[in-house]
Amino acid sequence: MTEAEAKALEAKEKQEMAGTAEQTRPGVTFKPAVDIFETETGITLLADMPGVKATDLNIDLREDVLTLSGEVETPEAAGETEILREYRTGRYVRQFSLADTIDQSKIDAEVQDGVLRLVLPKAEKAVPRKIAVKAK
Amino acid sequence: MAIIRGFGLPAWGWRVPTDVQRMRSEMDRLFDHLSSGLSREPGAGVFPLTNVTEDPDNYYVRAELPGVKAEELDISVTGEGMSISGERKIPAEGEDAKYHRRERNAGKFNRMLSLPGHIDTDKVEASCTDGVLTVVLPKASAAKPKQISVKAGS
Repeated sequence: MTEAEAKALEAKEKQEMAGTAEQTRPGVTFKPAVDIFETETGITLLADMPGVKATDLNIDLREDVLTLSGEVETPEAAGETEILREYRTGRYVRQFSLADTIDQSKIDAEVQDGVLRLVLPKAEKAVPRKIAVKAK
Repeated sequence: MAIIRGFGLPAWGWRVPTDVQRMRSEMDRLFDHLSSGLSREPGAGVFPLTNVTEDPDNYYVRAELPGVKAEELDISVTGEGMSISGERKIPAEGEDAKYHRRERNAGKFNRMLSLPGHIDTDKVEASCTDGVLTVVLPKASAAKPKQISVKAGS
């Protein structure tokens, strides 16, 4: 694979969520693509949710289950007719179960350019502490 | 002279159409991938996937580009189409970051799109908010539908 091929971005269809519970409102629901990484101080989640504004984003944490949901407005105005549709728009929902080592009161969420950055700091007792070993 | 008809159809008649049909649909699919713009194969598509709509005055092209800022997008238009190019960057997170999941991709993209009619290139407007690009392309006046009044004959 040449350099140029390796760096070209491929289109992926959004993953539709086949939930166990039906949504009360009609429309399609997608699972946003996420990156999750862990550092010593916490876990950070980055989710691609284009079309979701900060006000339309709902982050819910109860019983150690984190639920992200974002509503997306239909961007097409009423008078427009479709010529080509390669992707659908719909709400984004994804759930994760968290270890109980998260300090739930310090969770930080930020949305920019349709990307959600969610920082989940580890509770104090979970931060690894170096224990100095004394040689006798 | 005896005419042997078998099951009413010659045996070769069953097999050849299926093989030919299969080959034909393979070739169709290959040619669809090669054709530009209005190909209807999003599974193997070019990034970004776009939706195109129109009303009597404008074409609207929309694409989902999460994490791409307006300044990093390059949009150029000709009389009959446009191209969208840029790069989706995912910032590095530090050396001590251990990834549990990595589902998002970064990279360059360059997409050409042809539109069904001519556009007025001077009046094209594009905006990118919350990771959604919207391009409004006004139709060239020759391409707009014109109402023709019908005179009633007596």
